[in-house]
Order: sequence, then C-alpha cells, then structure tokens
Amino acid sequence: MNEALTAETITIAGHGGAEIEAYAARPLGTDQFGSVVVIHHMPGYDSATKEIARKFAAYGYSAVVPNLHYRDAPGASPDDAAAASRANGGVPDEQLVGDVASAADYLRAQDGSNGKVGVIGYCSGGRQSFLAACSLPQLDAAVDCYGAAVINPPPQGFPISLTPLVDKAEDLACPLLGLFGADDKFPPPAETAELSRILDGLGKEHEFHTYEGAGHAFFSVNRPSYRVEAANDGWDKIWDFYGRYLAS
Amino acid sequence: MCTYLTEKIKITGSGKGATGWFGVSDASVYFDHPVHAAAEHTLNIDFLNPGKGPQARVAVELTAASARELARAIVAALDSAPPEMVA
Repeated sequence: MNEALTAETITIAGHGGAEIEAYAARPLGTDQFGSVVVIHHMPGYDSATKEIARKFAAYGYSAVVPNLHYRDAPGASPDDAAAASRANGGVPDEQLVGDVASAADYLRAQDGSNGKVGVIGYCSGGRQSFLAACSLPQLDAAVDCYGAAVINPPPQGFPISLTPLVDKAEDLACPLLGLFGADDKFPPPAETAELSRILDGLGKEHEFHTYEGAGHAFFSVNRPSYRVEAANDGWDKIWDFYGRYLAS
Repeated sequence: MCTYLTEKIKITGSGKGATGWFGVSDASVYFDHPVHAAAEHTLNIDFLNPGKGPQARVAVELTAASARELARAIVAALDSAPPEMVA
C-alpha cells in the first residue's frame, strides 16, 4: 500500500438520469482495485465524508460519495443543502437506491476496476446501505455503521414515510458487516440483535460487532461522539471484510 | 443518533444571513446532530426563505439547556409586552 491517490469532484447520472454531484477518490499505482460507494450522513455531503473516501483510496479502493442532497440545493454548501433536504422531507428511498446504483456503475466502469463494488453508510447512511444491499443484487458487500430504522420505525415526526426495512431482509444479496455502539439508542443493541437473528433465520451472511463504551457516530473524528478504540477496531473490521469480498 | 424529528412551521419576519437581510417564510426546528456546535446533539433552528435558495438561511445550534432557556426568554418577552402589541 503506497497510499498515493487522486480525488476530484465529478458529475454522475443519478436516479432517473438526473445529473448529481459526487466526490471520487481512487488509488494510484494499483493495477486493479475494488470499489466502494460511500453514503454520507444526514448532516450532508461534508468534508468529513470526503475524507472517508480518501481513506478508502489510500487503502487501495476506489470510492465515490454521491451528493444525496444535490437536487435540493445544487451548488450550495453542505450544511445549507442538508437543511434544504430536511425541509423538503429528506431523501426518498427510491432515489437513494437509484443514486447508489449509478455510483456503482460509475465505479465498475473505471479502468482498473476489478468489477467488485461494495457500499458503506454512516448514521442515516447505515440504514441506506442496508436498503441498497437489499435492493441492488449487483453489490458485492455492504457495511452498515449504526443505521437506525431497519427494524423499528423512526420516531414520530419524521416528515416523509421512512418505513422499516426488515421486510426487505430476504432480498439481501451480499454479505453484510454491521458496526454498532452499545450505548446507541437509534439503533439500540436489542434492535441490531433482532436483525442478526432475522438474518440468521434467512441464512444471510453477516457479522455484527457492538462496541462497549461507544454510542452513535463513534467513527466521526470531528465530533464529541468519536471513540478511538471502537473506531480503530471498526476500521480493522472493514479492511478485513472488504479485503475478503472486494479486493482483487 | 439521527433523531429524524423535525418540526416545520410557517413564519413571517426577516433574518440576517451571509448575504444580508432577507424575509423568512419557513422554519425547521429539530434536535439532531449539529454541524458546528461541540455537542453530540443540539436543538437546531433553520430560518429559511426557500424562494431565495438554500443559502437564504439563518441557522443556530443550541445545547438543550440553552434552547429551553431561549424558549423561556421568548415567551417571557412576549408576555411582558403590552397585549395589544402582540395580538
């Protein structure tokens, strides 16, 4: 691993063919690489999420972050766009799936792609990563980082229909890695344990890890929720998981 | 956690943002992750004018205690004004 990479802002055809902005980072000096679609959290298509894309590139994976809020506020700052998206009702599930599919197609078509594409999402993106993995059979591996509303419905007051995804579990078409905090309330450990039991019953390949002393967003290095031990071990789990399912 | 909770209301007034003063017509009030405040969750308010674009926004992120104190102060200020002025 030489950690050399290149990164840029690109335009891809998202759900329904609509052009959306995306951030792309890929490794340099590597003949073949696996790829990852990175789904940003509710605060938006921000610098911290782009840093995650660059981390994947440094570790030998090509990564794309689609700007899920682009339609709500093209050209706006990430926080203004996130606010506009929230005011407009959030990102519809169907649109999310279409945007991830487009990002995966972009990655798979890159020179050097080994044809394998995974997905990872944080916070609301964790739920969306699970949704994508149950909706897009062309994905090869999925990582859900503390996504809520997979089994339990979201609290009352969310302005769009955000339905639990458990009924889609039978369509999960790739291995799933789940990384959760024991102190999290959305999702609480009881919910992720129930999801694990359901996936066991369906014979779906998965591995879940729940970290003591960590709550929601423990990967976020720029937030008080950051928990270094959980985050470091979580990254190790990700490299091992993607190494098995995405690497050449 | 992402609480997802969002209270949306229609408002009438003005706010001052990065480009100066503008009329505001909508507000989103939610308790969720902040962008800037050093807290895991904050009470966030976006004063918006969607007709002027996403940058027409005045945003605040307050700790829960600060938000409750602000709410109390707003009500106290309104209650102390002559009734005919705030009808």
